[in-house]
Amino acid sequence: MASEIKQMEPSERRQAVAMFQEGIQAGFPIILGYIPVAITFGVLAAQSGMSLIEITLMSALVYAGASQFMGVNMIAASAGMIEIVVATFVLNFRHFVMSLSFMNEVRDSFSFKGKLGLSLTLTDEVFAVSSIRNENIHKKHGIYFYLAIYIIAYLSWVFGSFLGGLLGEVIPEQLSQSMGIALYALFIGLLIPTVKKEIKFGFIAIFAMLINLIASQFLSSGWAIVLGTVVGGLSGVYLLKEKK
Amino acid sequence: MVLFIIIGMALVTIIPRIIPVFIVNKLMFKEWINNWLRAIPYAALGALIFPGILSVIDGKPHIGILGGIVAVILAYVGLNVVIVVVGAIATVFLLTM
Repeated sequence: MASEIKQMEPSERRQAVAMFQEGIQAGFPIILGYIPVAITFGVLAAQSGMSLIEITLMSALVYAGASQFMGVNMIAASAGMIEIVVATFVLNFRHFVMSLSFMNEVRDSFSFKGKLGLSLTLTDEVFAVSSIRNENIHKKHGIYFYLAIYIIAYLSWVFGSFLGGLLGEVIPEQLSQSMGIALYALFIGLLIPTVKKEIKFGFIAIFAMLINLIASQFLSSGWAIVLGTVVGGLSGVYLLKEKK
Repeated sequence: MVLFIIIGMALVTIIPRIIPVFIVNKLMFKEWINNWLRAIPYAALGALIFPGILSVIDGKPHIGILGGIVAVILAYVGLNVVIVVVGAIATVFLLTM
């Protein structure tokens, strides 16, 4: 990416850099949510006997918060490898649905390489921010906006885990506990402005909430979220139909 | 052993993330499927917010709800997402003092 930027004409380069900077601003709330959760993860993982290298490696390679907490708990309870891997698959399968949605949106705008790079580090939060801030997808050098969001989110998660594993609880417990609301507030902060513009997006979200609530009575939270997202999204077939 | 678990977890997480990249350009979706996929972000936001927000503080679902209501109000009046996040954190912090 850096070499591509160097080869650009100065005016082009300015555009790409401006996009990247805008992306950092858009992604900043994710950092705010990720750092405290990542530190908590690092602390818990260290307490359960994982080494600093293992902690950082897990965050760098798996890069999916909820499944990492679950993985550490299961490792501590000496669960089998197959059991842990299957549970991880179930919990993270929602990313398939999200990736399909976002990659379909950018199919003609970004190169194969660009799409592959983004998809590798897709999480709930970067998917949510990128999809709501979809105004840059078709702009020239728009990919740098999305790259910035994906990169800073990734770095803050890996760095936060490392910090937690290294230093232990650097954030007072009551504060880090309160910061558990951060990612929910981020999702609300993304959803509300779109609902204000068009109420139908609110109906889709509420429909998905109800499906998730019902499904979570019978299924694990991983499948319940997948079902809520997929079945809730089905309402879009009717609600988002373009009037001809 | 932990290393193998990490690699296994990484594979089953990354493969579902990247498969769509290999299929979207090969398939032309019908319009109704495109509409379905366009609704996914809003459905995902809904499913990620609720009922998960009830368990921000274990055993005290009302604290998550109140933090969420503050976030809704701050977002509704048009404040930046950073302020929405900080406002919700402050609410939960005060309620758990």
